Amino acid sequence: MAFDSFSALLAMDGHAAYVWSAWGLTALLLIASALHARTERRHLMQNLKRRQRREHHADRGKAHES
Amino acid sequence: MWAFIHKLGSPKWFYTISSRLQPWFWGLAILLLLVGSVWGLAFAPSDYQQGNSFRIIYVHVPAAILAQSCFVAMAVSGVIFLVWKIKIADMAATVIAPFGAAMTFVALFSGAVWGMPTWGTWWVWDARLTSMLIQLFLYLGVIALRGAFASRDSGARAASVLALVGVVNIPIIKYSVNWWNTLHQPATFTLTERPAMPMDMWLPLLIMVLGFYCFFIALTLTRTRNEILRRESAKRWVRELVADTGRRG
Repeated sequence: MAFDSFSALLAMDGHAAYVWSAWGLTALLLIASALHARTERRHLMQNLKRRQRREHHADRGKAHES
Repeated sequence: MWAFIHKLGSPKWFYTISSRLQPWFWGLAILLLLVGSVWGLAFAPSDYQQGNSFRIIYVHVPAAILAQSCFVAMAVSGVIFLVWKIKIADMAATVIAPFGAAMTFVALFSGAVWGMPTWGTWWVWDARLTSMLIQLFLYLGVIALRGAFASRDSGARAASVLALVGVVNIPIIKYSVNWWNTLHQPATFTLTERPAMPMDMWLPLLIMVLGFYCFFIALTLTRTRNEILRRESAKRWVRELVADTGRRG
């Protein structure tokens, strides 16, 4: 390891604010994009499922009337 | 050949193939990014001039490279859509744009916080930084233009044209450090020369770049699949697919 201790790693020799803000923003945006892709898929699937169920019931309703 | 291209352009075929590919790319991305981060943050030696602020390179350079690759990918997809009317190309372009904008922002932000301890300033209006800022505006323009039309097809065509025009900015960014006098240092990666930094600084950077690319591919696959679900929801195969996943839970 390039540092003597874990606290030295966190301190980055006085450059902590610069290093960790750059890394933090990067990590935040990458994680947020990955999570967004996942929730987007879940929501799409739920909506499509709900719509199909509704159409299915509507079709059955029509069949009963005739 | 043409049959192959049309098969590739078929949403159903893409959806099937990408479902097999995407776990590999997600896994590889997580692995490479974790290894590269730990190596770059904790184990790579600190720079003899810059100390530890140089560790910003491990997010700055991959983000900047990817930001430009995304723009080229978006422009190429735009051409494919304009010329051959292949819908999947436009879906890819749609999902690449916001990620490219995010990566451009990461490159600018990490560059600014790197500039402060190294150059003594957050920002200078020099060629590399300015052309990168223009790229951010181009991304935002492409995204806004797509949404500005009532018809999806008109928006898609306008966005493709802007992406195609905006691609002239890419060589300007790339060669800005050679054409003009600038504070920014020249390219870290070249195919013709040996890396100017020691191996245990350079290897984690290479791993991070590969990790960012894998992440980009994985994200684009996943979100293009979402886009297929959204746009093709009336198609029979999508309806069957939705019904199937419903049964499984």
